[in-house]
Amino acid sequence: MSRPPGRKQDNHKIDWHLPTVSSSASAHHMSRELFVLTYGALVAQLCKDYEKDEDVNSCLDKMGYGIGIRLIEDFLARSAVKKCRSYSETADVIAQVAFKMYLGVTPSVSCSSAAGNEFSLILDKNPLVDFVEELPAGRASLCYCNLLCGVIRGALEMIHLAAEVTFLQDKLKGDAVTEIGIVFLKKAEDKKQKRNK
Amino acid sequence: MSAEKGSAWHAQREKPRAAEPLPGQGRRFRGRGAGGAMAIFSVYVVNKAGGLIYQLDHYAPRADAEKTFSFPLDLVLRLHDERVVVAFGQRDGIRVGHAVLAINGADVNGRFTADGKDVLEFLGNAANYPVSIRFGRHRLSSNEKLMLASMFHSLFAIGSQLSPELGSSGIEMLETDTFKLHCFQTLTGIKFVVLADPRQSGIDSLLRKIYEIYSDFALKNPFYSLEMPIRCELFDQNLKLALEVAEKAGPFGPGS
Repeated sequence: MSRPPGRKQDNHKIDWHLPTVSSSASAHHMSRELFVLTYGALVAQLCKDYEKDEDVNSCLDKMGYGIGIRLIEDFLARSAVKKCRSYSETADVIAQVAFKMYLGVTPSVSCSSAAGNEFSLILDKNPLVDFVEELPAGRASLCYCNLLCGVIRGALEMIHLAAEVTFLQDKLKGDAVTEIGIVFLKKAEDKKQKRNK
Repeated sequence: MSAEKGSAWHAQREKPRAAEPLPGQGRRFRGRGAGGAMAIFSVYVVNKAGGLIYQLDHYAPRADAEKTFSFPLDLVLRLHDERVVVAFGQRDGIRVGHAVLAINGADVNGRFTADGKDVLEFLGNAANYPVSIRFGRHRLSSNEKLMLASMFHSLFAIGSQLSPELGSSGIEMLETDTFKLHCFQTLTGIKFVVLADPRQSGIDSLLRKIYEIYSDFALKNPFYSLEMPIRCELFDQNLKLALEVAEKAGPFGPGS
């Protein structure tokens, strides 16, 4: 894989008015393999530290949350997307802009509920699992990429959208595709409509 | 803040900042080497709760006037707000409202001299003359800045609510004859406020640039906690660079 992950912003649909690559983004070409290996080392170490899969999953989720609350500002600063007017617009932005910018892949979005607040992102290519064939024995319920769920949850929370993000299907566990489910939760008070992304 | 204090502060605030123009400085943004007017005065970053997390003053030091006086002092001084200010007798660059900044070279501490004597008493005593006093416009203390930032935060919220349409962007610009205040609120609720010369352009792109610098050097620092005061050296450096670039662009810069 010679293409650096997600640093180039090539042809997007004009909808989002993406700027050309910012000066700092192009300067930071990093080896994609180093990134994937680092993530792998992180998960491996967590597996050594914790016996139960749930613990590892929740730890990855927390780490992802800490990343997400900071990454959202970077995303907003560089992509200059405007306020989204609906949940489906938000899911589209996550899939087509954010994933593209940071991981270089574009999952497809589908709405899976009549109420319009549940969405799935279907990833056919997941760069984080480039070097992983299958989960080790005894780790059957490990969500390898749970960090991504935390990142999305943290990022959405900073723009005042509470959401539950989980892996619905995982290729590593034998499913056909990798699917991330995002469920937007209703806010208790609706006063902050103006911040609704 | 009591009403009296507030109105007095406003009276001081409206004093033109560039009140003492240097000779031959008719046009701005040229001859900056000769202490020309800095076009961007200050930058404030306000967090979601309205607390000030970063503040930078970028304007050139104002011309303080230091003079030697003999008894009796022909300026009328009075105590205001724990500071000794000129009430009457404006001359030679010393204007009404200027505060006593230093006596005989030693900075005063509010109404007391450096060695604890009351300033007004000291200046009333003929034995202390001749004395050299430095007058100048009082700079805002950090507490005052904190207070003003939270007030602006509240005004911003009121502004958004007063809007006849939903989803107002809030206060984007506040204009006076001596400066323009530009504000940009991100979707996450952080506000970036820049005070600049009214003729300075390109502040919109400067605000976006400051947002990028914040997301790079403040947020990506793993030891920086969100919503806390920003104490990152890299953030300072890059912000100053960005301000210089924006100033050089001058009134014909990109953007509005």
